[in-house]
Amino acid sequence: MNLYVSPRVSVALLGTVLRYVALAMLVPLVVAVVYGEDIWVFVVSIALVVGVGLLLEQLEADPDMGPPEALLLVTLSWVSVSVIGTIPYLLAGIGTESTVGLSTGSPGAAASSIVNALFESTSGFTTTGATVLGEISLDQHSRALLMWRQLTQWLGGMGIIVLMVAILPEIAVNGTQLISAEAPGPSFEKLTPRIAKTARILWLVYFGFTVAMILLLSAMHYLGPVLGMDGLAPRMDLYNAVAHALTTLPTGGFSPQADSVGFFSSAVQLTFVPFLVVAGTNFALFWYLLSGDVKSIAYDPEFRAYVGVIAVLIAVLAVVLFRGAAEGVDPGPVAEGEAFDAFRQAAFQIGSIMNSTGYATSDFAGWDTGGQIVIIFAMFIGGSAGSTGGGIKVIRWLVILKAARRELAATARPNAVHTVRFGDNVISETVVRKIAVFTLLYFVLYGIATVFFMLNYNGTLTTLEAMSASIATLGNIGPGFGALGPFGDYLHFPGETKLVMVFLMLIGRLEIVPVLAIFTGLFWRSS
Amino acid sequence: MQVVIIGAGEVGTSIAADLASDHDVVIVDIDESRIEDIKYDIDVLTLAGDGTKSSVLIEAGAVQADMVIASTDDDKTNLVICGTAETLGDPFNIARVKSAEYRRTWEQTGKAFDADFVICANLQAAGTIVDVIGLPSAVEVSSFVGGLVKMAEFDITEGSPITGQTVAEADRFDSLTFAALFRDDDLVLPQGSTIIKAGDRMVIIGSPGSVQGFAQQVAPVATPDTADDIVIVGGGEIGYHTARMLEMRDFSPKLVEQDSDRSRALAEDLPETLVMNHDPTDTDFLRRERLDEANVLVSALGSDENNMLVSVLAKRIGAKRVISLVDRSDYVQLFQEIGIDAAVSPRDVTAEEIIRFTHEKVAENIAVLEGGKAEVLELELGADSEFVGRNIREIDESVNSDVVFGAVSRRGTEVVPRGDTVLEQGDNVVIFVESEFVGQMLAMG
Repeated sequence: MNLYVSPRVSVALLGTVLRYVALAMLVPLVVAVVYGEDIWVFVVSIALVVGVGLLLEQLEADPDMGPPEALLLVTLSWVSVSVIGTIPYLLAGIGTESTVGLSTGSPGAAASSIVNALFESTSGFTTTGATVLGEISLDQHSRALLMWRQLTQWLGGMGIIVLMVAILPEIAVNGTQLISAEAPGPSFEKLTPRIAKTARILWLVYFGFTVAMILLLSAMHYLGPVLGMDGLAPRMDLYNAVAHALTTLPTGGFSPQADSVGFFSSAVQLTFVPFLVVAGTNFALFWYLLSGDVKSIAYDPEFRAYVGVIAVLIAVLAVVLFRGAAEGVDPGPVAEGEAFDAFRQAAFQIGSIMNSTGYATSDFAGWDTGGQIVIIFAMFIGGSAGSTGGGIKVIRWLVILKAARRELAATARPNAVHTVRFGDNVISETVVRKIAVFTLLYFVLYGIATVFFMLNYNGTLTTLEAMSASIATLGNIGPGFGALGPFGDYLHFPGETKLVMVFLMLIGRLEIVPVLAIFTGLFWRSS
Repeated sequence: MQVVIIGAGEVGTSIAADLASDHDVVIVDIDESRIEDIKYDIDVLTLAGDGTKSSVLIEAGAVQADMVIASTDDDKTNLVICGTAETLGDPFNIARVKSAEYRRTWEQTGKAFDADFVICANLQAAGTIVDVIGLPSAVEVSSFVGGLVKMAEFDITEGSPITGQTVAEADRFDSLTFAALFRDDDLVLPQGSTIIKAGDRMVIIGSPGSVQGFAQQVAPVATPDTADDIVIVGGGEIGYHTARMLEMRDFSPKLVEQDSDRSRALAEDLPETLVMNHDPTDTDFLRRERLDEANVLVSALGSDENNMLVSVLAKRIGAKRVISLVDRSDYVQLFQEIGIDAAVSPRDVTAEEIIRFTHEKVAENIAVLEGGKAEVLELELGADSEFVGRNIREIDESVNSDVVFGAVSRRGTEVVPRGDTVLEQGDNVVIFVESEFVGQMLAMG
């Protein structure tokens, strides 16, 4: 049988990708050196990954990548990166109480600890932010390991493949195909004639915002006392500033603090909100803005809708909280009639949940149902195309609404010809079809997963918890309701359920179709 | 003037016939029998040959000619002729094209393809149809800056609602300028307090939409308003441009096209038009879509037979005004005799425009008003223009005649000219000026 795709080519290039991802582990290594922690975990991890990478590269001396190999490479890369991401967790946790450390007690315990590590690593790279870490504290885990956890989200946010296209010429050959499979949103548009330059621009904008956030948070911490404002950001030291910037811009949501962003002052919490909004915006728009083109961002229909929906949801949630939906919740209570607290908590929670970040400053798992339903609604919207956000995405909803209206008009007037358009920009029927199929698949997977979670559980899992677990993993959001709340964890789910969640996080990040396409017969058979 | 015309079809022949009495005309065509016929019909020199060849053009006298008119049936041939003629000598080259794209490219610089003037037959025909539909009460209509700016003249009648109003009262549109009033053969430059009287002839300049709105005020009964049903049958190039220009005047027309792929393309390009995909000769369909109640129906199909069929059908089921496209110009009369309100022949309007242009041959697009009392100029401001960097009030004060800035278009959008509007390099300005000061304005601009 002749194969349509050459897996050897994809695997050989995967070797190259892994070799470079190993370099990212230098960051936690430096952290370990600075804080005088154990450096062997990361030295061994780097050696292991580089070794595997070099080995895989031997498969094909001169890999010649075509579109099917590119498609395969994207999925392989994400799966493999999630797997190698477990190595530091497993090594660091040997012989400790850590839930993600390799347990040597029995084969069953070892398997369950590996599943936990895979869950944590996948949740990181896919920027989900769901955790099985159990106790999150610097006493239990090293600063280096927790920084690695933050870094996985930063790498996954703008995309590992986009990064590789930016730095590796041999991968840039089919870069457009690769990035289209990885980038969030229905269609990917190049900013420059050369794809490698587009990839560099996207990473540069992303990097720029991350640095800006680190500088702003550190400035608040270190300059606050100098200016006589001791309470401005007393807990936001450089380590925390870096750690949180690394998970804000990729809409990740991991925090080295057990209380997430609720651990910090309200001034710090409000500082997060604009960066959260930026993270869910199409990064190409910022490039246009930097090139002096204000119109592109001001008249972009998706950006306007995104900002509009955020504003409306914040207003609705603020009213709900003002009327006492979050009274007595810990952390982040809002007393009835406290207007500023209601606005602050509403702005942060909507900014964090709608674009799939998953930070929290108030335990919404403990809110009244009125507040919870607003959060669930926001979870189904998602960020913008071309952002780091997950979910269905604003542009898809806009197209679906317009296409639905078109169907109504076409039923009323069968001979009239209608198009789906934003101003002068006509959406092609192919794109409309793809969006419809994507959204349908999204809801089908969401439904099946919910049922599976409920059936495969020892004890009682409420429907709301199961539904929230499903959308929170598929949408790369992180926290759900009940025990999976923003200050809870996913530890109590059985191993098979965790593996399904790992699958949901991966296909959610790659937007379903490129992954499922690999499972079609036509992808493998040439005839 | 020595004129060489290449292409002896309907357009070329009618231009030749018009110019023959005052100018030396040489007409060239590749078809010998066609040339043989013309030899006896019109008093011009004839030559059989391929006009894209230098040898043929040299023989026709293009080297010394003042003007070369490329009027064959093929766009690319016409553009090549312009390029060839420019290489041989320095005549004023006019090319006739069907594709609006070539015309747009030429508009970018006014020099592309070595043509000094490019006329698009389809745009010309669509423009004429839209003027017939939208401004039935206008005496004269001209377009500037590629149709972005319109100038129109209206006769004010006794029954017009604006009779007796002041100019300030009648001026309800942002982007409209009252350029002039002709009263008892005198030119009056209107002030805000000038009272409009019956018998006046008014000249206004502005965006297509505001000119349309003003026509509605002057003659509310005759002029269609934006809620009126305008139906275009046939989505060919002329049908498409007609719909597009109607959209520019804030109308929302309906367009019926039989081909489904073409309908889809039209729907994508025409956001304000309701495109329908159906056979336009199906009377049941016409009734179901209420096309029998249309205020105006334009038949813009590809063949004269179909246009006649649709026009007669539309008239019979009750459309109020029917305008038809006619390909063969000798059918125009026939169409009007059987009761169709207006028949527009693309060849006729193209020939007319070229002839008008040869009469008023000046570099700028000019309209001459009232037998030469005043003119409307379109100037593109270059780096050395004295207007650049000054506002309109300053320019007005520095010129010792009355000048009206009718419209300013900047990078494809319209800027409403006010006293404090500062002109920039690259602006297109449309100026209304008395004839004796035209030379001074051209020198300054």
